[in-house]
Amino acid sequence: MNNLVVLPILLPLVTGVITLLFFRKINIQRFFSVIGLLATATVSTILITRVAQSGVLTLNMGGWKAPYGIVLVADMVAALLVVAASIIALACLLYAFRSINKEREQHHFYPFFHFLIAGVNASFLTGDLFNLFVSFELMLISSYALIVLGGTERQLRETIKYVLINIVSSALFVASIGFLYSITGTLNMADLSVRIAEVGQSGVVTLIAVLFLIVFSIKAGLFLFFWLSGSYAAPPAVVTALFAGLLTKVGLYAIVRTFTLIFYHDPDFFNALIGWMAGATMILGVIGAISYRDVNKILIYNVVAGVGFVAFGMAAASRSALEGLLFYMLHDMLIKTLLFLLGGALIAVAGTSRLDNMGGLIQRYPVLGWMFFISALALAGLPPFSGFPGKLMLFEGGFEAGLYGLTGVAVLSSLLMLYSVLRIFIQAFWGEPPAGMARRPYAVNGLLIPAGILFAFIIVMGLGAEGMFQLTSRAGDILLHPNIYIDAVLKE
Amino acid sequence: MEILMCVAVGILFAVAVFLILSRSLLRIVLGMSILTHGVHLLLITMSRLKTGAPPLLGEMAEKYVDPLPQALILTSIVINFGLTAFFFVLSYRSYLKLRTDDMEEVRGRPYE
Repeated sequence: MNNLVVLPILLPLVTGVITLLFFRKINIQRFFSVIGLLATATVSTILITRVAQSGVLTLNMGGWKAPYGIVLVADMVAALLVVAASIIALACLLYAFRSINKEREQHHFYPFFHFLIAGVNASFLTGDLFNLFVSFELMLISSYALIVLGGTERQLRETIKYVLINIVSSALFVASIGFLYSITGTLNMADLSVRIAEVGQSGVVTLIAVLFLIVFSIKAGLFLFFWLSGSYAAPPAVVTALFAGLLTKVGLYAIVRTFTLIFYHDPDFFNALIGWMAGATMILGVIGAISYRDVNKILIYNVVAGVGFVAFGMAAASRSALEGLLFYMLHDMLIKTLLFLLGGALIAVAGTSRLDNMGGLIQRYPVLGWMFFISALALAGLPPFSGFPGKLMLFEGGFEAGLYGLTGVAVLSSLLMLYSVLRIFIQAFWGEPPAGMARRPYAVNGLLIPAGILFAFIIVMGLGAEGMFQLTSRAGDILLHPNIYIDAVLKE
Repeated sequence: MEILMCVAVGILFAVAVFLILSRSLLRIVLGMSILTHGVHLLLITMSRLKTGAPPLLGEMAEKYVDPLPQALILTSIVINFGLTAFFFVLSYRSYLKLRTDDMEEVRGRPYE
């Protein structure tokens, strides 16, 4: 029993309600938003130190014992992701102060922002499959509101598609939960794992697992990413940055969690399936990234390719692959958010998102240019930045598992990801400014400070990889040995 | 009884898919609503149907129905009620702005 576990969900929820009360007073909203997110970040840091000291923490809501009541579980995997989510949220919030206009702020941007964070943290911390659905919905409903807020033509158009895709996949999610319940009679993830281990993974269970894989793949943009490029390009940069950092990763977390904890009995079939999906995602993602000449689109397709890398770790499923997967996922959350924040600043200073209309920006915005350059290197996984250790372990795991072809695809996609982002750098910052480009100076520093927070974490995570390894290897233990998780939840 | 319910669920799903695949936005919203009804019916069927048994009667009850799926359905109904309302408002708003309810016409612009 540990009440600390509920705080990363409760604090953003309460902050959201407080900001809702002061919806006309922007400064009060901003004040409480910062306080709320700082508190969330502090609590999640305390949570991770406690998890590092004493193993998996659980909280039985209302005192009901684990298989019957609702349980929240903070293991190392969830705790690491919650910390990363709080850092990203803080950076995005500070960025939003400078980039979101007054109308959006007065029309409940901050409440939805906080509800989104609450939903994301709840998805990471829940130990119950139905509550995973509820957390998903909390997160998604907030994301619908954030994506359409502003009500431009393009936003409305893309939101209809985004909402429809997610409603259909949520309906499929509930249906799969119903099927699973009819077989096992439980929805607690630890209990599910025990029951399925008892009866064995029959064909029906495999079918249900495939249904879950489809649902989570739609949410994560793993192979089924057809909806992603349109929806993510519509809202303002800060919302896209938040979505790129958090939403797809929640879907990936759900895949990692269910397929290492519940449906781990048929690894040959699922690793092969996820491997094919990962390979296709990486290839199609980088094709998208190198074929567009638009900053937003290039970055969005890099998100898709990044999802493929995490799934590649699932497919390899050896110890170093799983640890690398987690390391890479944390890096990916930070770097994708950072790139979108910098891309948003770039679009703001250039006045357009089309690469053909940019050029020569390094003379006027050198800090932005160099930050973008270093982020591009970090994205590709060059040492000493944070992408390197994760990718190294992923490739090592791929070779250990004998997936030479898939590892080759991953290495190649890494290079092409670097190429696609460096092309933005070369086109936008080098050369002469084209005639049509906006000439008025833009106060970009207000946007660079929040991006600088994430930038610092990218470098610290790369240089302090040794310390991070201790945490990710603890998380790797849990992914490899589901019994640690099950014992912590059920035997209390 | 379960078989009958499964057939009903199947029909609801088929109708929903048909409506969602149509071009009119209003039909899509209705299809989505029917889809969630089908899912709720599926949930209650999955927990075995019994007639004349309330969910909980204490420890000594002779027969009872599993209360958990009913709680799940209640949660899911509330969520989908909110979503349907939101989707209707979104459709209306986008109709006002885009002046069309035809999904073929909201594909997107080539330069985007």
